[in-house]
Amino acid sequence: MRYLPLSDEDRAQMLATIGANSIDDLYVDVPREALLKAPVALPAHQSEMEVERLMKLLASCNIPAGKTAFFLGAGAYRHHVPASVDHLIQRSEFLTTYTPYQPEIAQGTLQALYEFQTQVALLLDMEVANASMYDGSTGLHEAAMMASRVTKRSRVVLSGGVHPHYAETVRTACEAHGLEIVTLPAAIDDESAVLRAMDANTAAVIVQSPNVFGTITDLKPIVAGAHAGGALMISSFTEAMAFGLIEPPGAMGADIVVGEGQSIGNALNFGGPYVGLFATKEKYLRQSPGRLAGETVDADGKRGFVLTLSTREQHIRREKATSNICTNSGLCTLAWTIHMTLLGAEGLKRVATLNHENACDLADALGVIAGVEVLTPRFFNEFAIRLPKRADVVLDALMEKGIVGGVPFTRLNPREGLEDVLLVCATETNTPEDINAYAAALKDIVQ
Amino acid sequence: MTATVSGNHGLQQAEGLLFETASITRTGVDMPAPKGRPDRLGGLGRKYAPLLPGLSEPEAVRHYVRLSQKNYAIDLGLFPLGSCTMKHNPRLNERMARLDGFADLHPLQPVQTVQGALMLMEELARWLLTLTGMDAVALSPKAGAHGELCGMLAIRAALIARGEGETRKRVLVPESAHGTNPATAAACGFIVDEIHATDDGHVDIEDLKKKLGPDVAGIMLTNPNTCGLFERDIKEIADIIHGAGGYFYCDGANYNAIVGRVRPGDLGVDAMHINLHKTFSTPHGGGGPGSGPTVLSPALAPYAPVPHIVRRGEDLALMEHSEAAEGSPFGRMCAFHGQTGMYVRALTYMLSHGSDGLRQVAEDSVLNANYLLARLKDHFNAPFGAGPCMHEVLFDDSTLKTHGVETIDFAKAMLDEGYHPMTTYFPLVVHGALLIEPTETESKAELDRFADVLIALAERVKTDAAHFKSAPHLAPMRRLDDTRAARQPKLRWKPDEALKTAAE
Repeated sequence: MRYLPLSDEDRAQMLATIGANSIDDLYVDVPREALLKAPVALPAHQSEMEVERLMKLLASCNIPAGKTAFFLGAGAYRHHVPASVDHLIQRSEFLTTYTPYQPEIAQGTLQALYEFQTQVALLLDMEVANASMYDGSTGLHEAAMMASRVTKRSRVVLSGGVHPHYAETVRTACEAHGLEIVTLPAAIDDESAVLRAMDANTAAVIVQSPNVFGTITDLKPIVAGAHAGGALMISSFTEAMAFGLIEPPGAMGADIVVGEGQSIGNALNFGGPYVGLFATKEKYLRQSPGRLAGETVDADGKRGFVLTLSTREQHIRREKATSNICTNSGLCTLAWTIHMTLLGAEGLKRVATLNHENACDLADALGVIAGVEVLTPRFFNEFAIRLPKRADVVLDALMEKGIVGGVPFTRLNPREGLEDVLLVCATETNTPEDINAYAAALKDIVQ
Repeated sequence: MTATVSGNHGLQQAEGLLFETASITRTGVDMPAPKGRPDRLGGLGRKYAPLLPGLSEPEAVRHYVRLSQKNYAIDLGLFPLGSCTMKHNPRLNERMARLDGFADLHPLQPVQTVQGALMLMEELARWLLTLTGMDAVALSPKAGAHGELCGMLAIRAALIARGEGETRKRVLVPESAHGTNPATAAACGFIVDEIHATDDGHVDIEDLKKKLGPDVAGIMLTNPNTCGLFERDIKEIADIIHGAGGYFYCDGANYNAIVGRVRPGDLGVDAMHINLHKTFSTPHGGGGPGSGPTVLSPALAPYAPVPHIVRRGEDLALMEHSEAAEGSPFGRMCAFHGQTGMYVRALTYMLSHGSDGLRQVAEDSVLNANYLLARLKDHFNAPFGAGPCMHEVLFDDSTLKTHGVETIDFAKAMLDEGYHPMTTYFPLVVHGALLIEPTETESKAELDRFADVLIALAERVKTDAAHFKSAPHLAPMRRLDDTRAARQPKLRWKPDEALKTAAE
């Protein structure tokens, strides 16, 4: 067995040193009837070559996005990630280390986290950011619970533009925690509806911009309304790249900004692992969840970094902790910060602009097809279209032509009708040929 | 250390913050020039460019390689963090996770284009269920603590279905538990009630019996426990809890000690998360990403969260909505389908080891820990006797304290010897705990070297406490000031500091 260094001779010697006759002597506390006598009924070990063959066979039963003309967004985005990112995160010292509990031999991870926190805060224009959450959706339920702690209120209102998976994740975790979760009906351009649903017990309103239909919203009036009612304003997002081009939530006064960072540095990976970005105002820091890296000095006065404010966390506070969370999304965080460092402000703006231009070109090309209507009034790189037929039927027909054309809204939320709505996305990876092929195919299908 | 002109120390390169060297006009990414077409942002374009610094590729590579050299890692040496399971991460797993057929799949692609990914998930589920003897598995939890949340939400849903959601609010948690257990129970609206440990490190059954009542929702118990011991009364504990109408949540953080040798389903467990990054070797990556599939008993299986994989004729499909699913899913743990990239790595590891190899994994992990116990027991105090232990071995600080050395000092002295320390100050039931988990991927020679170093340090404690108090001396940094970091939190670089520094 290539991963197990002990030989049978080693094992015999070690048992002798221990003073045990057999390995079963070491399992002496296990109830005898529960101690398995033989391996369970699964295949035996295989060579590296055989395993690789099997896994490649499984992989070959999928059609990777890059093999098609691909237009899916709705929470996960296909962007070009420079080769150096994946090379660097596979360095042993990053890949195979643990949470930086011994900071004197973990400055690499800690400084990278400190830089990550700074980059996230700058991108979102917020005062502070943490060292990441599992993903955007779980970050959002943590934000809702945090708002409840800050305001000592127990009701949270979500707009109908919040990604339905996020809304369901928030409802699942927060209702068990005793919060009342109000999710408004799906709406393409009505984030401010949350203000009409507020009451005196509302801890937070949650909006998403760009929302699941791609719509960008001016958050300032919503912030003002939420604050007037004593609630926090939480702004969610699923496409971090957008803030290279659109006004960031922090600049419009949001109290907590939380969302998905996958689109920077991280592959699609069929939904995970991803990296949740979480930022807030300094005054709320002690109620915030998740790990934080902070600056300090060593015994010689040299600058260094440690994990800090851990008195909020479960390993110290146990049932009184701000969250049960025990990890961040370490390696995905590293990929994010490396990609962002390679981009810089200039590169980020350029990639974001290319995304937007491709999406505009796509909207122009699809919008002129008779019977097809672009529903999203203002967008970054994704938008909703209304089709003259059921979206899932059109999607299947597009697949026949090698085009993965979007996400039917009903796949995310079957409760609202909207069977004719398709969510479409273009990124810098789409070519003009992709866009033309999509328009031509769609025209054929709907006419 | 000797001062140098450059601030570097041989191969240790001094490396400043990105923000101090990079420029907001530099970039390491080439992209075609935009066309300059009219935008559709509705006047909501970004007003001020973010002060995000950029680096060219050679500068960026050097920045991160230099940072990496300040990290310890399992690839550099033994990493004996008890309860964290730092074992070798096979590189085949990484290669497989990066196949386009897995990495370049969007979670919402039409299901006919992702049949291989669904087969992968189904196969992973089959291995997990066969190994654990359980009925169902929720793959989607994103980490161990998230799996705990999943299990406790399933228990909550089952209690609600029984009409006891409002009455059964108390969850029993041993005082040796991971902090995530009480934090999770509280997050689900339960009240946490601690159970004491016996003097030999096990759950005190008499105390458990005293704390039972009609308001008990269940117990959260780690097995093997955080003292590195198998709870020998586990079946009785399960029977007692079930008899009182509660459920048994098992924290599976230490499942690696028993994989292939004991099936938690045979012990009366109702729910258990499995840390794929521990038992099944997905890399820890400096703090994640984890993955915490949660196996469920027949009593809890109907409440498993969406998505579920279902069979439609020849094909596999995803059931993504609670209302359409069979059973009564309690909801959804996260967007999409969980940590697929981690599923690929874990299944690759399982196929490599096979059922025989996984059993060997458990046995060697237990053998290695007991070997260290045998070598170290005359030099450190094992509070729960001479063993056997499971996959980790626990000592207290009594042999250190008599010489004025604290656990943290001993740990910092290990840094100078080129080792990552063991887990310290956990579990809380032992004073100044030192919890050592060698894992099965260490050779006997490596264990002997490690034991020799620990024994030599234990001897030095007796004569040279000052050496420990001021350690580390040779690590990339001297001891860092945690108190200052917490009292004056500085969690990001700020642009005005640079201006201030420049003006000085």
